[in-house]
Amino acid sequence: MTESEEHTVQTDGNKAYPGMWNPPSIYYNKYTKWAIYALISLFVIWSVLDLQISLDRFIVGLGAGNKLLSEMLPPTATSRQVDLIVSGLIESFAMANVSTVIGILISLPVAFMASENLAPKPVYYVGRGIISVSRAFHELVIAIIAVVALGFGPLAGVVALVFNTVGFYAKLLAEEIEDMDEGQVEAIRATGASPAQVLIYGVIPQVVPRIVGLSVYRWDINIRKSTIVGIVGAGGIGITLLNAFNRYDYDFGITILLVIVAIVMVGEGVSSYVRGRVN
Amino acid sequence: MHKITDLSKTYPGGEEALKNVSTTISGNEIVAMIGPSGAGKSTFVRCVNRLTEPTSGTVTLDGVEITSLSKKDLRSARRDIGMVFQEYNLIERLTVMENVLSGRLGYVSNLAAFRRKFPEEDVRQARRTLDRVGLLDHENDRVDELSGGQRQRVGIARAILQNPKIILADEPTSSLDPETSRNVLDLLTEIASDQDIPVLINIHELDLALEYADRLIGLNSGEVVFKGPPSDFDESVEGTIYRGEEPGRAADSKGQDAGTGDQILTSIRE
Repeated sequence: MTESEEHTVQTDGNKAYPGMWNPPSIYYNKYTKWAIYALISLFVIWSVLDLQISLDRFIVGLGAGNKLLSEMLPPTATSRQVDLIVSGLIESFAMANVSTVIGILISLPVAFMASENLAPKPVYYVGRGIISVSRAFHELVIAIIAVVALGFGPLAGVVALVFNTVGFYAKLLAEEIEDMDEGQVEAIRATGASPAQVLIYGVIPQVVPRIVGLSVYRWDINIRKSTIVGIVGAGGIGITLLNAFNRYDYDFGITILLVIVAIVMVGEGVSSYVRGRVN
Repeated sequence: MHKITDLSKTYPGGEEALKNVSTTISGNEIVAMIGPSGAGKSTFVRCVNRLTEPTSGTVTLDGVEITSLSKKDLRSARRDIGMVFQEYNLIERLTVMENVLSGRLGYVSNLAAFRRKFPEEDVRQARRTLDRVGLLDHENDRVDELSGGQRQRVGIARAILQNPKIILADEPTSSLDPETSRNVLDLLTEIASDQDIPVLINIHELDLALEYADRLIGLNSGEVVFKGPPSDFDESVEGTIYRGEEPGRAADSKGQDAGTGDQILTSIRE
């Protein structure tokens, strides 16, 4: 060790350790870093310019919003309108329940198919394919198609919600299955158990809390969605809401919205309580 | 009598974990596989019931050649091989009783497994075994409420319920403290003599291996470098197994390394 090095480097015994340390960068180098920041900025600026939202346009919008709000308040409903809300809500609620049960029954086998650690490759791809197709479409898109194919009413809504449930439920359950402890499964396999018994005894006990939690969570989501698919004619309270707005009956419209908020909150409350208990 | 001939395993990455390992296991002997980490001990034990598929070689259990069986026949052959794991590998969310009874899965239908409906004789044997391992009071406790030593005893009870012809134990004591480790090994030894079956243990605690095993197999880099009873084990053998030294040269290298047997024992335990 030379004299000059002694000034910059702390010596510890007879070995020198440099005292400078910088965390490794997640970028390859600083040029890449600035290039990525510049790209993101350009992307945002382009998006704003493309929409052409001017300040004038924004002020006009505020005025219209204010007018709507004054016409909405106070919320009102005649007794006939109350009947409409009640029957619409019951239909939405029933749609949510039916589509959750059917959706889960379809999702369970799909989830096992889509678990890379359980399913043979071809089956895995089929399972993942089903999930991708289900996730590719918004429930309203499916509802529109279902209304055309099956006619107006709750049947179309149930089909749309079931379709939507599978992508959500099977994907999240498959991820849980892929994260399970392989050791437990292996031990069951080592006893000479059949593949079905390995599932029953080794896999399912590990994912049961997730199955229950996801089911309640999806039920709560389906309640919310069942209030909206009616907008395209697929049953539930959504059609009542659309009619109210089409007739400029804004104070009735806000009543419906408030009722929807209330029922969604109740569903969410029940769901988070149950999920809390399961975990 | 169980015969293992020229067992080899090469992992997809090209790593040769086992190279032509052969041995014969019979009676109610305790055979301990010893060697440094990564020597292939675990691979060897797991190849016996094909949880890890060997690349070549044969395993014959009581005249049945395990290595050539179809998947279906392998399942029924596995019923005769009990296995005990390092991390216990119990089904954490199930009860002690359900875990012990899982040793009988090979003999019941899928529906019975789903409904947990096991024959009375199985339940009776499960209770007898739980009593034996000192856990009869815990039959309805969930396994994740138990201590490590209790869990391993559940794991052993599960293996006993299979009425196996051999028990494989893959590092059964590595997650346990020394006292509990001894209890577990005492239990395995007793079972071997009671049921008159051999136990093949993969173990890295050298002192325990020397104390409990009837026979040692020393592995280094996938090859057998020592075979013999604990009485044949000495410092030279230790050098061969753990540091890959040529047999007989341990004495001089020991001076250079300044490594004593105790230090090595400590480092092995770590």
